[in-house]
Amino acid sequence: MMPLSQVQEGARTVLKAIDGGHELRGRLAALGLLPGTELEVIRNSGHGPFVIAVKGSRVVIGRGMASRIEVELGQP
Amino acid sequence: MTDTLEKTITVAVAGNPNSGKTTIFNRLTGARQHVGNYPGVTVEWKEGSVRRGDWRLKLYDLPGTYSLTAFSDEELVARDFLLNHRPDVVVDVVDASNLERNLFLTTELLEIGLPVVLVLNMSDVARDSGHRIDTHLLARRLGVPVVAAVGNKGQGLEDLIEAVTEVAISGTSLPGPADLCREAGPATEALAHLSTHSGGLRPDYGPVAERHLKRIAALLPTGESARWRTIKLLERDNAVLEEIPDPEVRREILHIAEEFAGQADKGATDTVLAASRYEFITKLCDGVLRRDKQDGPSVSDRIDRWTMHPVWGVPIFLGLMYGVFTLTFGLGNPVMDLLDRGFTALGGLISGLWPAGGTSPLRSLLVDGVIGGVGGVVVFVPNIVLLFLAIAVLEGTGYMARAAFVMDRFMSKVGLHGKSFIPLLIGFGCTVPAIMATRTLESRRDRLITIMVLPLMSCGARLPIYALMIPAFFPSHLQGPVLWIIYVTGIVLALVGARLLRATLFKGENTPFVMELPPYRLPTVDSLLVQMWTRAWLYVKKAGTVILGAAIILWFLTVYPKPPADYVVPAGFDKTTISSETQFSQLQDPAQIQSAELSYSIAGRVGRVLETVLRPLGFDWRIGTALVGAVAAKEVFVAQMGIVFAVGEVDETSDVLRHRLRERYAPLVGFCIMLFTLISTPCIATFAITRQETGSLKWAIAQNLGLTLLAWVVTFIAFHGGTMLGLGGT
Repeated sequence: MMPLSQVQEGARTVLKAIDGGHELRGRLAALGLLPGTELEVIRNSGHGPFVIAVKGSRVVIGRGMASRIEVELGQP
Repeated sequence: MTDTLEKTITVAVAGNPNSGKTTIFNRLTGARQHVGNYPGVTVEWKEGSVRRGDWRLKLYDLPGTYSLTAFSDEELVARDFLLNHRPDVVVDVVDASNLERNLFLTTELLEIGLPVVLVLNMSDVARDSGHRIDTHLLARRLGVPVVAAVGNKGQGLEDLIEAVTEVAISGTSLPGPADLCREAGPATEALAHLSTHSGGLRPDYGPVAERHLKRIAALLPTGESARWRTIKLLERDNAVLEEIPDPEVRREILHIAEEFAGQADKGATDTVLAASRYEFITKLCDGVLRRDKQDGPSVSDRIDRWTMHPVWGVPIFLGLMYGVFTLTFGLGNPVMDLLDRGFTALGGLISGLWPAGGTSPLRSLLVDGVIGGVGGVVVFVPNIVLLFLAIAVLEGTGYMARAAFVMDRFMSKVGLHGKSFIPLLIGFGCTVPAIMATRTLESRRDRLITIMVLPLMSCGARLPIYALMIPAFFPSHLQGPVLWIIYVTGIVLALVGARLLRATLFKGENTPFVMELPPYRLPTVDSLLVQMWTRAWLYVKKAGTVILGAAIILWFLTVYPKPPADYVVPAGFDKTTISSETQFSQLQDPAQIQSAELSYSIAGRVGRVLETVLRPLGFDWRIGTALVGAVAAKEVFVAQMGIVFAVGEVDETSDVLRHRLRERYAPLVGFCIMLFTLISTPCIATFAITRQETGSLKWAIAQNLGLTLLAWVVTFIAFHGGTMLGLGGT
């Protein structure tokens, strides 16, 4: 397990856990981000926000938030 | 019954952001729509109508949401409308090329229990990218009509209207469960264990969740949307919980929900139900959705390589902003000047109806009050229309989300969202459209902070003040740097102010930055025009009435009361212009008469009262009086100074006025005047628009008082600091 913020561009990962409150998890779930979902890192330039592909859409995530999302490399 | 009697169907249009919901709404209603803010929140709200035969469809465009939980104002507005207004039909617009994610909201809409019509929008894009959707099978499984549509081309909209009318007449969605049984094949077998409600498949949350749901349901009265409420309560939704009057019942429900959360796997306590919904959607789409091609990098991805590039992203953004700026003010200002001249000519024309030389209160009211006031509002319209067009293009193409991405790196340092940068930049042109541009910000907190600090971006109307003061007090080699210092002071104060507001008044965790990146799209001309027009009209209508009223009041303050014949200008009045022994009736020079009249008027008296407060800043009553006028519009300060100094009608290029200013004030005071007019009291138009956009007078007053106080403190420091450094001399 590693935080999403450390994943390189182009890597495929599976979301394992979100370190956050009840609201944050609910919000992310509505966007398709919940444990077990496949995430592909589209853009990670080392600073600034992230772009990931999830359930057929592109989602921008702030860097702070990306460090609170635990993922595992590979596909489900 | 007569045939002419119209029957009205209320229709709520719901869907994810970027699902093309608004395009469909615009196509259906055309320009026959009203935009407004939902009461109490800053969520934009539209309604419009369509006629078909005897039927009138009254459509409500709900804010775009991903779910119906109570996480944002948008979601609260959407679900409040559905639960409390109970529309006859809900049109759920989904992006056909992103079916599974979009159906998440659909599952919630179905659980609310209102008749739903599903629209697969952008079905052409979906087809081209290899998505094959069996709409009949989807309709049978969900038990609701499914219409394939292409919103921007207007395809499928007649089918949609027909489906809506049919559903409204029958009161239920089509077809019944009997059809479902006829459905053969392995896909249906896979669905066999899913629960069936009112003619269609609905998510089943598994035995554990269902057991808890049943326990909660037993505590609630049966009624409309009971199933949805029960599910929300199991998700510990505060807004639904608070609706339960009995605290005992509330505690018990919370206990059940927590017990349920405790049984789930660690890390998934809050997403068990959401995961069940996605599982349901996966099964639902099995056999409905086929993908012919695998996704390679799309056109959008290729464009994003440039627009979101770590190095090139910023210059591309700044270039586009420069374009918006040039369009808004470059193209708008000539029209603005034309309108301005038109109003001046109209004023002259009306003036001519009265005999020359005489004074008439009615003429003054019409020319200076009404025409001046209306003109002051209308001259902004070209700028606003063009700006909204530019914003509609940025939003419609999907670039706005990229701009937010690019600027977030910088803006997050002061606790603002990347999208706040655009309104702040527009603020250099005019604060009024800039405040309206904050509508693109989703979070109310971000929006309020941006609105509060926006007047600090030095707008175009302050420029005449600088153009008058700088050459009056500073040698040519210092003029550029002084102007630069003024602008930079505004920017620094805005950024520091935003940071402070975030740390104090708007405390709390930063809104997590999560935003969908929509694929680039070519917006249709009519959707751009409709968006531009409805927003511009809102400005003309709402702000117009308030600003006009305020302009008339300010006109009154500077004109009344008229001095009596034996009025002697007060001691301390400018000896070089009017002797302090002269009575008002003896004055001959029109400029001196005007000056004496202003000193007798309410504005003049307020100016003198203000002097006690302004003296610590090095200001006298003349500056105070001119500041009262600047409340109407910043550039009025220059004209008021001209009147106070009895040099007659002046503009910012008047050397006579500059000479008078130089005689009376030190350069440091000149600098302090600019500083004070930059920071203090936003103009009346800003006040009105802040009131309108925040939905409360409280924020408009807070902005006014806060900025004026800040101006006083900053100018005080500048004046005394400068004096101590020996800059106070002439």
